[in-house]
Amino acid sequence: MAEVEATHSIEFELNGEQKATVVPARELLVHFIRDDLALKGTHIGCDTGNCGACTVRVDGQLVKSCMMLAAQVDGCAIETIEAGPAEELREAFNAEHAVQCGYCTPGMVASAAYLLEHNPNPTSHEIRRALKGNICRCTGYENIVRAVERVANGKATAGASEEARA
Amino acid sequence: MSSQTETTAPKTTTQPWTGQDLPRKEDKRLLAGQGQFVDDVWMHRQGYAHFVRSPYGHARVVSVDVGPALAMPGVYTALTGAEVAEMCDPFFQIAPEPGGKIEEYPLAVDKVRYQGDAVALVLAETRELARDAAERVVVSYEPLDVVVDAVEAADPTSPVLHEEIGHNVAWQGEYSYGDIDWALENADHVVKVDRLHFHRFSSTPLETFGAVVNWDPGTDMIEIRSNNQMPIFGTMMLSPTLRAGADQMSWYSQDIGGGFGIKIASYPQVGALALLSRKAGRPVKWSETRSEHMLSSGHGSERTFLDLEAAVQADGTILGFRVRAFDDAGAYLHYEPLGAVIWAQVLTSCYRFKHVTVDYTETLTNKCPTCPNRGYSRLQHMWMIERLVDTVAQQLDFDPVELRKKNYVQPEDYPYETPNKCVYDSGDLPQELDLALEKLGYEEWRKKQAEVNAADNGKRIGIGIGSTLDSGTNNFGQAQIVNPELPFSGNGEAAIAKLDVYGELAVYLGTTPQGQSHETTTAQVVADILGCDPGMVRVYAGFNKEQSTYVGFSGTYASQFAVTGIGAAIGAAEKLRGEIVALAAFALQCEESEIELANGVASYQGDEERAIPMIGIANLCYSNVAALPDELADRVSLNCRYVYRPPFEPPDPVTKTGSLTLTYANQIHAAVVEIDEETGKVEILDYVAMDDCGSRINPGVVEGQVHGATAHGIGAALHESLDYDEDGNLLQATFWDYHPATALDVPRLKTGHVESPSPFSKNGAKGMGEGGGAPLGTIGSAIQDALGKEVLVNDTHNTAERVYELLEQLRNGGGKRGVEVTSR
Repeated sequence: MAEVEATHSIEFELNGEQKATVVPARELLVHFIRDDLALKGTHIGCDTGNCGACTVRVDGQLVKSCMMLAAQVDGCAIETIEAGPAEELREAFNAEHAVQCGYCTPGMVASAAYLLEHNPNPTSHEIRRALKGNICRCTGYENIVRAVERVANGKATAGASEEARA
Repeated sequence: MSSQTETTAPKTTTQPWTGQDLPRKEDKRLLAGQGQFVDDVWMHRQGYAHFVRSPYGHARVVSVDVGPALAMPGVYTALTGAEVAEMCDPFFQIAPEPGGKIEEYPLAVDKVRYQGDAVALVLAETRELARDAAERVVVSYEPLDVVVDAVEAADPTSPVLHEEIGHNVAWQGEYSYGDIDWALENADHVVKVDRLHFHRFSSTPLETFGAVVNWDPGTDMIEIRSNNQMPIFGTMMLSPTLRAGADQMSWYSQDIGGGFGIKIASYPQVGALALLSRKAGRPVKWSETRSEHMLSSGHGSERTFLDLEAAVQADGTILGFRVRAFDDAGAYLHYEPLGAVIWAQVLTSCYRFKHVTVDYTETLTNKCPTCPNRGYSRLQHMWMIERLVDTVAQQLDFDPVELRKKNYVQPEDYPYETPNKCVYDSGDLPQELDLALEKLGYEEWRKKQAEVNAADNGKRIGIGIGSTLDSGTNNFGQAQIVNPELPFSGNGEAAIAKLDVYGELAVYLGTTPQGQSHETTTAQVVADILGCDPGMVRVYAGFNKEQSTYVGFSGTYASQFAVTGIGAAIGAAEKLRGEIVALAAFALQCEESEIELANGVASYQGDEERAIPMIGIANLCYSNVAALPDELADRVSLNCRYVYRPPFEPPDPVTKTGSLTLTYANQIHAAVVEIDEETGKVEILDYVAMDDCGSRINPGVVEGQVHGATAHGIGAALHESLDYDEDGNLLQATFWDYHPATALDVPRLKTGHVESPSPFSKNGAKGMGEGGGAPLGTIGSAIQDALGKEVLVNDTHNTAERVYELLEQLRNGGGKRGVEVTSR
């Protein structure tokens, strides 16, 4: 009664490195990244494409990796948090207390970096709009927005009290 | 991860690290995607577990056939409720009878009582196969009538969930202080509100429940890698159930992706997984799906208040109130009925009411069990009080600001004893309210409001205030108020401070942080004591049964780390300092009082030429012991354990009085909302959150907690709700339907603080992570202000639809439905 599981051979670039493997046809990209490629920085939060914890870059585009099959990345370039993207942005997240539990953080960084690449000087509303597909349950978004603004505007507000930052 | 030589920030010699807005130590790994969350843990030979859950809200389980699942190649085993009932005992119940009679097993045995109740578990080689196999388990159900309302559930004619009780009332008790009958008879005004409803929602941590459990057949040890946030409570619940010793259970966690209290409630699933592992003879891995989390992890408390009556004097003094509260516990008691007393920590919220009677009933319904959720049991009560205060102001034409200031506990009242003998430690509420209004630009908004509301252009503006307390550091003795037989009282936390063999400084905590920055704040406090940079202090947060030290209360919950966890770290670091100083005095041939610790070096009165580094101190204790005199060698270990124990007496369960919590942080929020009259949509135009949590160890960390708690409250007030239809189906079982607050739903927050150090904690700090649910009061208050006194905002959840209904009531003449004022 067991079905023979269909598989696909795929070749892809992972964080700048060429890879080739065989994946089950029904395996989600997020499980492939986490379980097979052993990159644990890509997280699972909702299974339905709402929360953005699994956000990665596929051929430069932002992708929620729970919404894509591993077989679909044949011929594509995948970039995950382990590639060490957007260093200045990640430093800003640290400086602005934009991280609490850290579970949304890799996906949030991916979306924020994508925004800044395409719109280096976003307004506060544009930042919020760009991040609305990434749910954070800890920070209330305030410090994440500040971190993105810090990079966008080159602001130096590290260590300031809330009164100074408000 | 921070290296031992890392310097955190430039520092003047005189300024302590404690109180500085240092960036977090935790961030480096989290920003690199190198956190270790529970789903990142694998064990050799593990199988993947998947639960089979009930589609019905209430049904008899006629049969469970796992045969078709077991026939699939790659399926290791399966476990049913009937087997579980043989393998283990029902969970220990915190409740006395009637709730205490409930028999709950890790899997439902003969009946399911809510949609999502687990009836079987399957274990397979892969995650996908486990899901397929779970689909093939054939369960035959005989559906039963459901009850999904807490007040209806108390009716003896309602469907009964637990036949062993015979009705649905789990706990009932009256809390009565002062003389509310006298107050209501003699007050100048009595304001009555028929019904208020605090809706069901959840903080929905982004990381769902998960565990990898291995019940080793050889050693009989049960290794639990999980994200449970209160592992010793988990041990207390599971050890008797599993017929295993507490010493057999080893819990571990590292990073936890948000918890908010809900992850206290993962013990039933962990218990089922332990039994599955025992049966399979291999480790089992489980990662809860989001839908499972929405259906069955644990929901926040839902409460209905009936027949609220407030006694008010002509000058605005509110003497007190009487109310009947119906708390909806869902289908089983998980941590409940502790919620039936925890609200009493904030009996009078921020106010000086003298006469209070609350008739409290907790009922069982065909809904997901509730469990602690940020602001557990208190924010329900304080929201009701904020509605009461606003209703009194509006109906009797008092200014809502002045009425609050008149009734607030005043700065000179502290330490203030409430009618149930809780002691509010410190604060300055009137000043905090003034600052909130100043930041909001209250007077300007009032002018704008008058213009907009007079213009009749389809928009209305309302201004609201919410004042709450975040009571922290529980006295677990309050458990005796719900069940005098419970042998619990006090609280505490443990820590070990250690100097390792090459002079490395380490602190081990018994806590389970989920974003609360324990590594950073602990390092700051310890660095001040040991005269070094916080970068030199490695803090091991996350629970590790073998490595950590712990007490029965260990974990991270209920706004207490800044008092208990830091209290333990301070005590341990002070002990370690004493040993370092003793060894240094021996090495430098001077008195202990002449030793100075600075920059990671012990010296004779700061003399760099007559100094010994930490590696030298460590060497004396670890590897060069023959050089030490016996009296010194006997005294030092450089492994210093300390248990912090807050000063509590057990409360009196008969009078239901006593000190229930050590510290009271407070929050005053103010907001301006705009209501679209055509749609009922509420938009927040301006929002201020003020907080007073005493001395702040790290202002950036504190502010982050304020932001987070505020966002949860705003999300719950306007979007998030967990509703059941009349058949017991949950209507929001995915994030699509639940809509957790996004970056667009939370406005830019203006924050500020007042700092009233607590006289009761070691460092003047107060626990503050939960907030008090101030946004729920604030937004309700603002909507009420916009709509006027003819209609009543009687629910915490104010979607466009509900506000539209209120606008329709208003268009139909209002009539103050649900409110009655009697004056004499």
